[in-house]
Amino acid sequence: MSLTHARGRPKRSVTYMRDRPRRWPNRPADRHKAEARTGRLFTAPAMCLLLIFLIIPIALAFSLGFTDAKLSSPQPTRWVGLSNFEDLLSIKPLTLDEARVRELAGPEGTVRTALRSLTKNGSGTPYEGMSVLSDSVAADGKSGSFWLAGDPLFWKSLRNTAVFALVVVPVQGGLGLLLALLVNSRFRGRVFFRTVFFLPVVMSMVVVSILWAFLYEKDGLVNNAIKAVYPSWDPIAFLADPSTALPAIIAMSIWQAVGFHMIIWLAGLQTIPAELYEAAKMDGAGPWRTFTSVTWPGLRHTFVFVLVTITIAALGMFTQVNVMTKGGPLDSTSTLVYQAFAEGYGKQRIGYASAISFVFFVLVLCVALIQRRLTREKDA
Amino acid sequence: MTTTVKARRTLARTAFYAAGALLSLAFLLPMVFMIVSSFKGKLQIFEDLESVRAFLPVGDVGLDNYQGLFSRVPLARFYVNSLLVSFLVVGLGLVINSLAAFGIARMRWRGQGIVMGVLIATLIVPFETLALPLLYWVNNLPYVSFATGTPELTTGWINTYAVQIVPFIANAFSIFLFVQFFKSIPREIDEAAFIDGAGFLTVYRRIVVPLSGPAFATSAILTFLPIWNSYLWPTMVVQEEGLRPLPVGLDYFFQSNTAEGVPWGQIMGYTTLVTLPIMVLFIVFQRSFVASVANSGIKG
Repeated sequence: MSLTHARGRPKRSVTYMRDRPRRWPNRPADRHKAEARTGRLFTAPAMCLLLIFLIIPIALAFSLGFTDAKLSSPQPTRWVGLSNFEDLLSIKPLTLDEARVRELAGPEGTVRTALRSLTKNGSGTPYEGMSVLSDSVAADGKSGSFWLAGDPLFWKSLRNTAVFALVVVPVQGGLGLLLALLVNSRFRGRVFFRTVFFLPVVMSMVVVSILWAFLYEKDGLVNNAIKAVYPSWDPIAFLADPSTALPAIIAMSIWQAVGFHMIIWLAGLQTIPAELYEAAKMDGAGPWRTFTSVTWPGLRHTFVFVLVTITIAALGMFTQVNVMTKGGPLDSTSTLVYQAFAEGYGKQRIGYASAISFVFFVLVLCVALIQRRLTREKDA
Repeated sequence: MTTTVKARRTLARTAFYAAGALLSLAFLLPMVFMIVSSFKGKLQIFEDLESVRAFLPVGDVGLDNYQGLFSRVPLARFYVNSLLVSFLVVGLGLVINSLAAFGIARMRWRGQGIVMGVLIATLIVPFETLALPLLYWVNNLPYVSFATGTPELTTGWINTYAVQIVPFIANAFSIFLFVQFFKSIPREIDEAAFIDGAGFLTVYRRIVVPLSGPAFATSAILTFLPIWNSYLWPTMVVQEEGLRPLPVGLDYFFQSNTAEGVPWGQIMGYTTLVTLPIMVLFIVFQRSFVASVANSGIKG
């Protein structure tokens, strides 16, 4: 649209134009040029910063995984192709029967010693350098089958990340909706409830992690609270037990972030026109029918947003793990981002860590695409 | 008949409030415990764990933890660091991002479609993916150091304030938010201003900024919270104690076990000091906080 010039009475606008400062030229062509120049000038500072601190790092994220980059190393960085990804992703099944064990480790040898001869460096076997991810060894220790992985921690981290997301997404999303429905109904004190449910969101995750680490101790409040309900409860140190550490972190993470999604749901609920509820009431719909026919369809877009944001946040879980457990006990709480941090920052292996980050990103992208596809089909 | 209906309604309301109250307890009690424990001696904290006293300021109550805390860690320094970093990121970010959005939303130039497309595409990249490449990158970037009094060209931004601030000033999501908002302001206003001889900068300063209060508030809150609470990035780039922001200082304090075990009382004091100001801020600005979060959902 060419400003004042196009709309009638050119004479008048021309007289005004003459009073204008010079940076706003008279001829339309010059004016467009000036507008373009100003527009680029305004946008330039942000774009330069984004180029340096977002676009280039994105390019690096995609390329460093193919190198042996170290954080600070006198040697130049070399291109190593897919070898980081091979180390990271390689996984092989192996079954050793008694005959093979005898052949590898002699008549007295066990399946473990036989395995070690296959995986030790310089053995020249396809299993060289791999470690045991899971095993089932016969009672006499003379035979067994194994899953071997180049990096067992990666598969454990991947599994933990998946478990975390699979639990957190439905529970946090559902609980958030429940809380939103609660504070959306008209009653005294709903602002109070809304504030209370949202409070943990503004807390730093480090603070929340440390606070809950204390609550989860063996003589801590959580155990005492359970004991008050079930007197026969045997207290456990939640974060020190491989079977409870991840669930404990999951519960606390839901507690911290559910308020955020309550607000998103609430915003969605408030876009549903009140007339629809009145119509449903007139048709004699009960609460459940109203929910399935009016509320839920009206929340479709909110649903997609909540689903995607919770999933991405859940896949990126890091702070809780680094503060509370450092990935332990027995790697039971390590996640992809935590592993990438430990490799890249802890061991300075930026190349390998970037490969992990790359896998993490592909995972996020896949999940986002699948969710978009799923929800789009529902639209049609 | 009417009495049973009334009775049922009262019952329903009571159940409703009971559920709400129980839920609020689940959210409030850990925080109450944190604040109350920060005033108790270590023995008192553990003695009270088994009863309701854990949530009440009773027994050996005092400010010892806070005194001990300030002599153990440079908490005031951490505070200043966090404030400095957050305010600069938010303040500079508001200016630079809104200017960029103004350039995109209200002027026409070739290539702005591409710029906007790239911006939106970057929104799906989680920071966790970028953290390590960014660490590698800033570790190799040139930096002008003033350590000796005269400017000196060195390499690596690690252990500076700049590395905590500069990478986060420009924010694709903020720009996107501003663009959406600026587009809703009628362009006829600009035209009227041009006739009066105003330039774009005047239009931005005198018209668009004053009309965009909600957009600025949303952007400010949504960039302030993650920066104030940020942990992954400062953990990696700040080893010097004097440069640490609050969460990193807290984590170091928590991880550094002393001979007498974890000093829980002092830790609760620290977490309280980190949390209280932001909670007060939240309760005061409750409306804009909630509106910001809600906005991020609707626009996203």
